[in-house]
Amino acid sequence: MSEIPGDLKFLKSHEWARAEDDGLVRVGISDHAQSQLGDLVYVELPEVGASIQAGHGVAVVESVKAASDIYSPVSGEIVAVNDLLADAPETINEDAWGEGWIYVVRPSHREELDGLLDADAYAELIEDEDH
Amino acid sequence: MTQKTVLNATHRALGARMVDFGGWDMPISYGSQIEEHHAVRRDAGMFDVSHMTVVDLHGARTREFLRHLLANSVDKLKAHGKALYSCMLNEQGGVIDDLIVYFLGEEFFRLVVNAATRDKDLAWIEQQARAFGVEVKERPEFAMVAVQGPNARSKVIGLLAEVDRERIGKLGRFAAAAAQGPHGMPLFIARTGYTGEDGFEILVPEEHAVALWQAFADAGVAPAGLGARDTLRLEAGMNLYGQDMDETVSPWEANLGWTIALDEGRDFIGRSVLERQKAEGVKRVMVGLVLDDKGVLRHGQTVLAGNGAGEILSGSFAPTLGKAIAFARIPAGEPGDVRVDIRGREVPVRLVKYPFVRDGQPCEGI
Repeated sequence: MSEIPGDLKFLKSHEWARAEDDGLVRVGISDHAQSQLGDLVYVELPEVGASIQAGHGVAVVESVKAASDIYSPVSGEIVAVNDLLADAPETINEDAWGEGWIYVVRPSHREELDGLLDADAYAELIEDEDH
Repeated sequence: MTQKTVLNATHRALGARMVDFGGWDMPISYGSQIEEHHAVRRDAGMFDVSHMTVVDLHGARTREFLRHLLANSVDKLKAHGKALYSCMLNEQGGVIDDLIVYFLGEEFFRLVVNAATRDKDLAWIEQQARAFGVEVKERPEFAMVAVQGPNARSKVIGLLAEVDRERIGKLGRFAAAAAQGPHGMPLFIARTGYTGEDGFEILVPEEHAVALWQAFADAGVAPAGLGARDTLRLEAGMNLYGQDMDETVSPWEANLGWTIALDEGRDFIGRSVLERQKAEGVKRVMVGLVLDDKGVLRHGQTVLAGNGAGEILSGSFAPTLGKAIAFARIPAGEPGDVRVDIRGREVPVRLVKYPFVRDGQPCEGI
């Protein structure tokens, strides 16, 4: 399991959010989540321009075993989606923190980021889950 | 309380992800489920199937009992060691379980039934056996390992006692024989499987199972979990009890008509209902579906056909095909264009004859 990057914030449901320099927020799922799901075979991406709400389902990732909703850590407007995932969903298995990002939001309520778990709290959460 | 097979610690040492399967703590995969699937299609993989229930039947009237118990006809079993796939039905013609029966002697037959249905199967078999004076004896002291794939047989045969190799090499499909494995351990080797590939399913006394597993691993057989087993059997067009059929479903509605033997004068349980259904036709049929677009077909999704709605039974991404496939039960008749409701989106699918994959290759029309 790769180390949890310290600049990320998390939902308990294993989505990560990264506040980027341009004010946008990039979203993906954690390495722990991809390893629990197993080989991913399909990602249903949101539409660019869609308006989304924190805590609501925005995308779906499907492994061989099951389909899982991806909840948004923040509200706002989708400004980019990772088109690479349409043909290579396994990118999330290979690099959940980086190349396997799912979408980018222009946040409407940046303070929502403060309510998310930081890397240490998330590490504790998945440790508890494993025991 | 969750039950463990004798190979449980072996799976955990290999880093397997474990899940509850019918009350058993079983490995779903050891790493990549898709890689395990490909290993079986291209080379050789092995599955711990020790959770399955082995039941031996002894008695002078055992064949007569099985003529009554099973929808397929044990009179097809003429040579020692020969095996037969059959449904065991209730009086309404619903499927209590599907199983394999081995002919091991005029007074000795062996059944292998599903793990999740063990209790009800044993109760039913014992209840039916009484009238025939047949002894029903579960054999929990056996572990079971399935070795499957194009190179499975040669890898297994290479580990057998020299004297057994030629004989087991000539073992026909759906037949079983005893042989000596590594260190002289006694094996019951059947050329059967649940993957659509050639291979063996092997019964071994529990105390030898870990050594046997290790010997296969050393011979280059890849451990594969229940996840790969499920995608392999689905591609191979094989039903999963509890998902594709159950006690409310007749074999005609589960594409298992080929396992029903309406041979003359044999009064098996459920026969009268099956004959009536055959004459009148059944209202539902089981079909194969292929999704050429992106997405995954899943158990429980609604199937929309021109003549009514149905439901997906088993559905999954098929690693050999790179797209999703499924079994569905839909109304009998002309279905026209068929769509599946995936999270509110109606996606067109193709109705196909299955199996989807056989001996490593996609079947024609898939």
